[in-house]
Amino acid sequence: MTRITTDTGQIGAGGGDDLNPQVADGGKRHSGSLGRREFLLTAAGGLGLAALAGVTEELVGPSGNSQLASMSVPEQVATHQWAMVIDLRYCNGCKLCTAGCQAAHYLHQDQTWIRVFTMRNAAGDTYHMPRPCMMCEDPPCVPVCPVSANFRTDEGLVLVDQSRCIGTRICMNSCPYEARYFNWTSPLAVARQPFPQEPEWPVPQVEGTVGKCIFCAAMLPSGQLPECVTRCPMGVLYLGDLEADVAVNGIGNTVKLSEFIADNDGVKFKESYGTHPRVFYIPGHGQDLEADADAT
Amino acid sequence: MTDHTYHSASSVSEPRSTPGALVTLTESSAMPPYMQEAMRPVLETPRWWWPSVAVLSAIVIAGIGAWAVQVTDGLGVSGYSDKAFWAVYEADLVAFIGVSYGGAVVSAILRLTNATWRAPLTRIAEATALVTLPVGMLFIIPHLGSPWRIWELVWPPYWNLSSPILWDFFAVSTYLLATAVFFYLPLIPDAALARRWLGEHETSIRARVCRQLYTLIGGRWRGTPEQSKLLNGAIGLVAIMIIPMAVSVHSVLSFAFASSSRPGYLETIFPVYFVVAALYSGVALVVIALAACRRLWKLDAFIEPRHFVRLGFVMLAFGAAYLYLTFTEYLVDGYSGTVGNAAWVHQILVGRYWIPFWFYFVAAGVFPIAIMAIRATRTVAGVVTAAALVVVAMWVKRLVIVIPPATEPIVRSPLGSAGLLGGNWGTYHFTWEPVTITLAATAAIPLLLLIVFRFVPILPVAEMEELAMPEEGLR
Repeated sequence: MTRITTDTGQIGAGGGDDLNPQVADGGKRHSGSLGRREFLLTAAGGLGLAALAGVTEELVGPSGNSQLASMSVPEQVATHQWAMVIDLRYCNGCKLCTAGCQAAHYLHQDQTWIRVFTMRNAAGDTYHMPRPCMMCEDPPCVPVCPVSANFRTDEGLVLVDQSRCIGTRICMNSCPYEARYFNWTSPLAVARQPFPQEPEWPVPQVEGTVGKCIFCAAMLPSGQLPECVTRCPMGVLYLGDLEADVAVNGIGNTVKLSEFIADNDGVKFKESYGTHPRVFYIPGHGQDLEADADAT
Repeated sequence: MTDHTYHSASSVSEPRSTPGALVTLTESSAMPPYMQEAMRPVLETPRWWWPSVAVLSAIVIAGIGAWAVQVTDGLGVSGYSDKAFWAVYEADLVAFIGVSYGGAVVSAILRLTNATWRAPLTRIAEATALVTLPVGMLFIIPHLGSPWRIWELVWPPYWNLSSPILWDFFAVSTYLLATAVFFYLPLIPDAALARRWLGEHETSIRARVCRQLYTLIGGRWRGTPEQSKLLNGAIGLVAIMIIPMAVSVHSVLSFAFASSSRPGYLETIFPVYFVVAALYSGVALVVIALAACRRLWKLDAFIEPRHFVRLGFVMLAFGAAYLYLTFTEYLVDGYSGTVGNAAWVHQILVGRYWIPFWFYFVAAGVFPIAIMAIRATRTVAGVVTAAALVVVAMWVKRLVIVIPPATEPIVRSPLGSAGLLGGNWGTYHFTWEPVTITLAATAAIPLLLLIVFRFVPILPVAEMEELAMPEEGLR
């Protein structure tokens, strides 16, 4: 699996036309918004450009730009673009997803890589909301790491290299979803594992490093669903692939991802934070997942 | 206490160098009369010296032991959790690097503003900066979850230049280098003077060792006009450079917090807020260091009550600015009424963090202003008391800055209590490990100062010689 930290560009464009405009951007950046990376590049570029403008023109001439463009890496389109759909209409808060995840990854009780929040909607009723890693397209956790221990794969998974993490925890500060967990003590003893210890399967966890939901990345190539999806008896959790435009849950339902989201008014959590999550929520209880203001 | 001040003493020193030039060191030139006092800490070992060093070293060793326990058992033993992922070590890092700003203020800002009264204070202020900055930087080690991988921070292939923590690392390292240079440059003429003075007065083994050191530092210093011009130019340049560097260090430290979407950290006021806090606590620490050195080595003739009062006013200015910044931050965030921001303001003012906040407000907000406003309390004792309270209360204030936003639930699950205080707030509880490590760092500062002043003249004799004349004119 090639690890790249840059954006994947046009993924999900095939099914894009069918999608609700609210979620249609798939892999595409909102044209009006300025991501963290673009912001820094624009700022640095502005400074550098002033200094380099004269020199560059002399060296490469007017055709310099096109030459540079042809030298850049051709756009890579991965086979899969992993996503998740969470159908809140059916979640009863049983937390079997959390238990299954913790058992599979040998996590401590307070390390809830998928955590079920009990929330309150505008009418005062409670509802349950599972929260895995949002696998953001512009993940705030990636640029802040001083030693580049966070990265995003070309299949859209945000992972942690625990053999590199030095434990500054600044990624925990920047994640708006509280989706990151630190290994404050030594990890639990681990039985023989089906995969080598790697960012795609960080089992056992490494003391003094940050861990998080990985969508069970090591299991996906062989067609296995993530542990939480398999364990959910209500079929709330779907693993989706934006490339194939399909989503599957643990009780045998397969849906066309774009249609399912569009027909059911799917939303993303805290989309105003500019993170572009790849987890879609199907609300059913009058939820407003836009911001953290849903507390009242 | 000597019965002459250094001003009256310097008035009899003949011949004088030309104004504006550092003291000329030719064989015929007179030794500054206060060389004896400046060299006393180097040559004399008072009865309290070894016991003090022993006690302070024991505390430092206890801190290293506590850190070893933390490394063995995991960062969790220091009271951290996922709901309080940043707490005491991050506050320590900010606070201890912050107190190093006093050296920059006294030596750089007062130099550039031609405040000649600074002269007897500069060596102590610069030495304090030089020892507090590395101690503050060392807090990166207990802060890290995997300190054995700290080498990755100096391994360029792993660098992620978009990370504020890496910016911190660059800024603080540069500032440490500048602080060392700023300590070293004014030491050159002093070392030359001290070397000659030792040759005339002392033949002990200690004196010979120190002479070797002074030869290394100032062996080539002859005090010629060219050398003086060059040195003055260099000091002036570093004095100008060190101010933006100091500003950058705490601005960048604040970016580690502010470059996130977290309510209470995402504050555009943070860089200014952090810099002013550092200047404030830095001046306070210089006041304490001056008072201690004055008492321990009987420097009353040089470090006078007026110095404390003037530094007290500098402290007052920074303290008032900081109080104002605190007020504006809390007012705007609280007034906004957005759940994320109003919640932490509420928790600080009347919620679970009210005790530390109001302690800051009284001890470092109101008290120093009152001390300086009332003529009767505007004394050495008053200023030193205020300074001691400021250093402690500003550390507490850093905890108030770091901990509430880190413990605030940003995915809110308001079962039971809705509204501002809804959700599962995290808690940070002190354990003995971080307390011991923080105390060890505190003890390391006087310990290192005691050691530094065993080797360098405690008074910047050359600078005092140079600056005594205009000051006398004013008097």
